[in-house]
Parts: sequence; C-alpha cells; structure tokens
Amino acid sequence: MKVGVVTFPGSLDDGDARRAVTLAGGEAVALWHADADLRGVDAVVLPGGFSYGDYLRCGAIARFAPVMSEVVRAAEGGMPVLGICNGFQVLCESHLLPGALVRNDHQKFVCTDQRLRVEQTGTAWTSSFTAGQEITIPLKNGEGGFVADAATLDRLEGEGRVVFRYLDGNPNGSLRDIAGISNERGNVVGLMPHPEHAVEELFGPGLDGLGLFTSVLSAGLGAIA
Amino acid sequence: MGRVVIDVMPKPEILDPQGKAVVGALPRLGFDRFTGVRQGKRFELEVEGEVTPEVLEQARRAAETLLSNPVIEDVVSVREASGGRDDAGAGADA
Repeated sequence: MKVGVVTFPGSLDDGDARRAVTLAGGEAVALWHADADLRGVDAVVLPGGFSYGDYLRCGAIARFAPVMSEVVRAAEGGMPVLGICNGFQVLCESHLLPGALVRNDHQKFVCTDQRLRVEQTGTAWTSSFTAGQEITIPLKNGEGGFVADAATLDRLEGEGRVVFRYLDGNPNGSLRDIAGISNERGNVVGLMPHPEHAVEELFGPGLDGLGLFTSVLSAGLGAIA
Repeated sequence: MGRVVIDVMPKPEILDPQGKAVVGALPRLGFDRFTGVRQGKRFELEVEGEVTPEVLEQARRAAETLLSNPVIEDVVSVREASGGRDDAGAGADA
C-alpha cells in the first residue's frame, strides 16, 4: 500500500512521517506541494512543520497549494488522510475538518511526551488501537488550541468524532481536551500530537504512534467500514 | 494607484493570547489605563487604477476566503484607503 507524504515549503516532519510509514510496512511516497498529482497513492499524510512560515494563519496558505485540491478531492471520495500538527491545521483550513487551531492559551510553545486516550477506533487511522487505550506520543506546538463553537463540539462528541483526548491536564487550551478529530466518514483524521515521532525504540517515548500507520495499512486491505 | 484596507479581528469569544500578553506588558511601561487588548490584522491591497465597486467586492471575497478564517475571526472592515491619516500607507503608521 502506498502512503503519500506531502512536503510543503516549511514542512519539518515529512521525513519522519515517511519513515513511520515504512516501519509500519507501507510504501512511502514523497508528494510535492506544487504538483497537483497524488502519484497513485492509497492514503495521504500531511506532516507537521511550519508550512509557508505559518504566515497569515497556520495552514492557511498551504490549503491553496496545488496538491491540496487533489487531496481534498480524494478525501471527499473516501481516501484516508491524516493531518499531524500543521497538517491538522491545514485540514481545518481546508474545511475537511471543522474547527480551528489557535495559539496556546498559556502563550508558550509546548514540547512534551503527551498521554492521550484513543476515544474512537472506528476511523481509518485508529483501527489498530483498542477503545479507551491510553498512549503516549510527543506533542510540540505553539498554536495547538482546538476551538469550535459549542454546537460543533456537541456534534463531534455526539457522532463519536473526537478521536483523541488529552490526559493528565490540558497542554494548550484545547476545548474539551480534544487532541484529534475525524470527519463524518472517519477517513480524515487530524491531531496535534506527533505519532510519527513514536515509532522506533530509543527514539521518543515508545512505539505508540505506530498504530496510526498500521491502521491505515489494514484499512487499505479492505477493512474500512 | 488605489488601495483597499481590510481589518480582521479575532472573534470576541475566542481567547486572544497575544492581546493578553500585550495588556500584561502595558502597565510595566506606565500605561495603566488599559484593561484589555485584542490584537488583529490589517491588510493593504494595492490595485492598478481606481478602487471600483467591483474591486471592493473582490476584496471582500478575498477577505472572507483567504485573509480570515470565519471559525475564529471576523472581517470588521473592507474599505478604500482614503489617503487620510487613518488609512495612510504602510510605514506611516507602522
């Protein structure tokens, strides 16, 4: 299964994301922001970083990159898409996911090993986990506060679209401790923490991040609902 | 050459940590009369020729699609720069 990883100007974690795909057993394909071409991939990861310098708003300019029109089209057709950190911001700016990410309420950059609860295992990116499983993966952001209006938050909760929730305190002011969400269909997932940094022994806090990448590989084998 | 000025502000219900940091710094410099600060963005769009209603309409659409995110921000003003003190070009009030 081919998993594309988009590189925007200012992406930082595209290399790690490709490495995570490979370690999970998939074939990583580098995608370029300026090419409106997904090169035949079966899933796409929008990696972390500071695309376009975070100018205007985080993810706001990346949203209009040529590759994104293809990503949006594919996502609407059911292709699994994962947005990590800056990638989550791009998904929100693209309206593939609701809400927005704003500056951390405490005004400081946060970089820590973060405990999370997997709230939803019915997505293309979380089927390898068990419901309620607690995992630890790195979190590093300056603008990671998830916000949406109350009606949207209620809908996300009611439809089981809160995929990850922060444990042990809220690191960035995200409403209802939300760390990650999905679209209605469950093929598009965005989260602020970085699973691609927890896929190898001796690097990062463990192997808990690998589950997202193994999940999408099994989704590619026809397991997706 | 004409110019369109667009102001974007964080929505009132959205926490504005930048404004909070600024309001915290003001009294340290003796500016003790200000109880709150909201920090927004100002865009100046230059056009060839006059700012026609069509230009303003396009600026309004740009403001709502690219220059602001309606989830967290409001476009509070889209107007032709008058050339007066309020709407002087970049630099004059920077």
